[in-house]
Amino acid sequence: MSNLDSIIQSCKEAAFDLDFKRAKAWKEGAPGRTLVGYLPIYMPREIVHAAGGLPVGIFGGGDRKPIVKGDAYYQSYICHIPRSVMEMVLDHQMDHFDGFVFPSICDVIRNLSGMFKQHGFGRFVKYLDLPQNFVPEIGGRFYVHEMEHILRYLREVNGKEVTTEDLNHSIRLYNRNRELIEQIYDLREEFPWRLSLEEWYYVLRAGTVIPVEEHNEMLHVVLEAIRQPIGTPQDRVKVVLSGAFCEQPAIGLIRAIEDAGCYVVEDDLMLGSRMILGPIDDQSDDPLEAIALAYLTRSRYSSSIYDVHQPKEDRLEALVRQRNASGVIFASASFCDPSLLDAPIFQNAFNVRGLRYIAFQYSENINQFKVIKEQVGAFADSIKLWEDEPAEVSIA
Amino acid sequence: MSKEAIKEKSMILQKEMVEGLFNELDRVQETGKKVCYTFVPGNLSELIRCFDMLPVYPEINALQNAMRKKSAGYIKEAERHAHSEDVCTYVKCDIGMMIKGNVGPTGSKIPDPDVLLLSYTGCFTFMKWFETLKRSYPNAEVIMLHTPYQENGEMTPEMTAYMVQQLEQEVIPKMEKVSGVKFDPEKLKKILGLAREAQDWIARIFETTKHRPSPIDAYFAGVYYIGPINIGFRGTPEAVAYYKELYNEIMERVLQGLGPITPEGEMPEEKYRLVVEGPPNWTNFREFWKIFYDMGAVIVASSYTKVGGVYDLGWRHDPDRPLESLAEYCMNCYTNLNIPQRISLLSKLIKEYHADGYVTNSIKSCNSFSAGQLAMMREIEDKLEVPVGFIESDLVDPRYFSYSNIKNRLESYFQMLAQRKFIHETQNA
Ligand code: SF4
Ligand code: SF4
Repeated sequence: MSNLDSIIQSCKEAAFDLDFKRAKAWKEGAPGRTLVGYLPIYMPREIVHAAGGLPVGIFGGGDRKPIVKGDAYYQSYICHIPRSVMEMVLDHQMDHFDGFVFPSICDVIRNLSGMFKQHGFGRFVKYLDLPQNFVPEIGGRFYVHEMEHILRYLREVNGKEVTTEDLNHSIRLYNRNRELIEQIYDLREEFPWRLSLEEWYYVLRAGTVIPVEEHNEMLHVVLEAIRQPIGTPQDRVKVVLSGAFCEQPAIGLIRAIEDAGCYVVEDDLMLGSRMILGPIDDQSDDPLEAIALAYLTRSRYSSSIYDVHQPKEDRLEALVRQRNASGVIFASASFCDPSLLDAPIFQNAFNVRGLRYIAFQYSENINQFKVIKEQVGAFADSIKLWEDEPAEVSIA
Repeated sequence: MSKEAIKEKSMILQKEMVEGLFNELDRVQETGKKVCYTFVPGNLSELIRCFDMLPVYPEINALQNAMRKKSAGYIKEAERHAHSEDVCTYVKCDIGMMIKGNVGPTGSKIPDPDVLLLSYTGCFTFMKWFETLKRSYPNAEVIMLHTPYQENGEMTPEMTAYMVQQLEQEVIPKMEKVSGVKFDPEKLKKILGLAREAQDWIARIFETTKHRPSPIDAYFAGVYYIGPINIGFRGTPEAVAYYKELYNEIMERVLQGLGPITPEGEMPEEKYRLVVEGPPNWTNFREFWKIFYDMGAVIVASSYTKVGGVYDLGWRHDPDRPLESLAEYCMNCYTNLNIPQRISLLSKLIKEYHADGYVTNSIKSCNSFSAGQLAMMREIEDKLEVPVGFIESDLVDPRYFSYSNIKNRLESYFQMLAQRKFIHETQNA
């Protein structure tokens, strides 16, 4: 097995291990280590790292977790991820976590934080209210308080006083992580056949559950590997996948999209790992302020950020052009308010601008993709056929 | 039941207030008054009034459209424009109405917004809703007041400071700019003093349900009572006069030992006292209510009447801390409380109002309320050993109101309550 293959294999295991064994083993490796679970989309992982902890992404049970108890907590018309998260925590799969952070993204995640509090899961539960005011002295200050609150919780667990240098060191590591990830996206844009979306997804997602140091090494190897002329180009169209930023599609669906004739050269599946564009200042006397400032001024567009000053349709269009993609696949988790409420904004704008797209919904636990695959196939074919024509394709 | 009740003086006062607002909205071309679209939870009525602007509440338009059977068409229109079947139907009703010319429930065109004021309290959909509206009204000024969630069951000094800073540096300057009116702190103080009075009265009104029989229904009639305080009249002498009058009328009923007035007149016998969680259904509001009063069930407290402010626990606007109290008001609305706070508030209501049962009306398209309701219900059932009932409907989409399902479920629930009552009475005999 090549280095690349073994990394992909190991990432696949880590990314989908619902018992978080790697994280658990890491915690047991030294005293004072903590595990902090976080929900999508974005949290500043740097602060957990600086406090001697491992931030662990919780992306639901996917199609690997039968729901027995979770359905008793959620009505049928609520998305799937909160019930699989409840199932996991009730099945003691997160017993070794010290705390949980629920970043503000939607009412479901927000209320789930309250349910965790009510049940007393973990030693702390923090709903992280990311600022919607983008003035550094206002929203930035509030955000710093929010981060300090998390650090206080962490100090109560392991007693560690976090220094400026600790934070700057962690920022450096995550800067490197983001940089490597973007380099791989750039290379995939040019040579998408060298690393399929499925393989890349394993690697990317594994980064949310293993130490950043380890992930950086892996990314480095992956980058080197795909710099080589491996694989064979296929006749596929380049597309952007948008809207699947929280509840994750089953891996079969991710595979089906590419198999149906597409190369996904940009996506928001692991948006949190890529939220900040460019490096965060790692020499600051006030690193929390530096993290806040980066979030306020250099975030990717996201459903969780009030966008009226930077319309998201413009930003997505720019991304499509930057990635030389021929269209967008809007994939929303069923009943996902943020994604579904954004959809008309994107689609109505794209209709006017003549940008091609299709839209469908999925659920993390559904692994029947025949219809979606056909839709995507027809979409890819229509792009190939009408490459020079303005598109009006819309299968919603 | 006795025949349809004649209009009480308070109802006339309320009608005058609401009609007055709509008339003013009709006349903005002449008067030059500026129009501010905003939402009920966390609404900054006092501030809007301070700048002589007129408020428009899209969700109130949606619910009134539903009561007038107009929402289905609007929702379909929005769905034709790529809006999903599964999102908040208030949004779709509003967008549909806008696409069709923005003719409001009263039949006149609602003026375009000069400002979209989003003090998004307790619901992310508000944010998406205004993102959508901004695209339709590109010239409207956008003001965002981020209201932190009471995630830890508290309003910390940092949270309040964050909001006050936003008010001082963003909200007020932008409102000055749009309205051309200079901010007058003394005027705001005066308005807040009146708001506080209205809040005192409404708190007293909802406390009257502690009497047996309860003189009012705190859910179905309660939604009418909260109207003025929620749609821009908090802080006016008219609202104070209305609530005072309403309180006196209710106390008159208490003295006479009368139960609530329903659309079919007086409820003859109070058999069950309930606390209800969740908004009502608006498309079939009367049918829905009738299921309850036909069974002799009166709602003695409801969470929905607290979406525009929780006054039960003593919180009031404070003219001496004007901006701080505007901030606290926003943070203290029901859907901005975390789940343990909601459970504790509802438990308190169940105990203090001597409720026989707890019913959840789960709204299909409102995650702000619905996500967590089952867990809350389970917790309340376990801790208080109170019988719980569960029904599902929607706010303004008639496709999701199934009369027979709801009736069947409620009938079984009332049978259970009857049995329990019987056992209880036999044991105590
Ligand atoms: S899938 Fe969507 S609605 Fe569900 S928790 Fe995630 S962001 Fe919220
Ligand atoms: S989701 Fe619920 S709280 Fe939010 S706007 Fe809709 S009805 Fe109101």
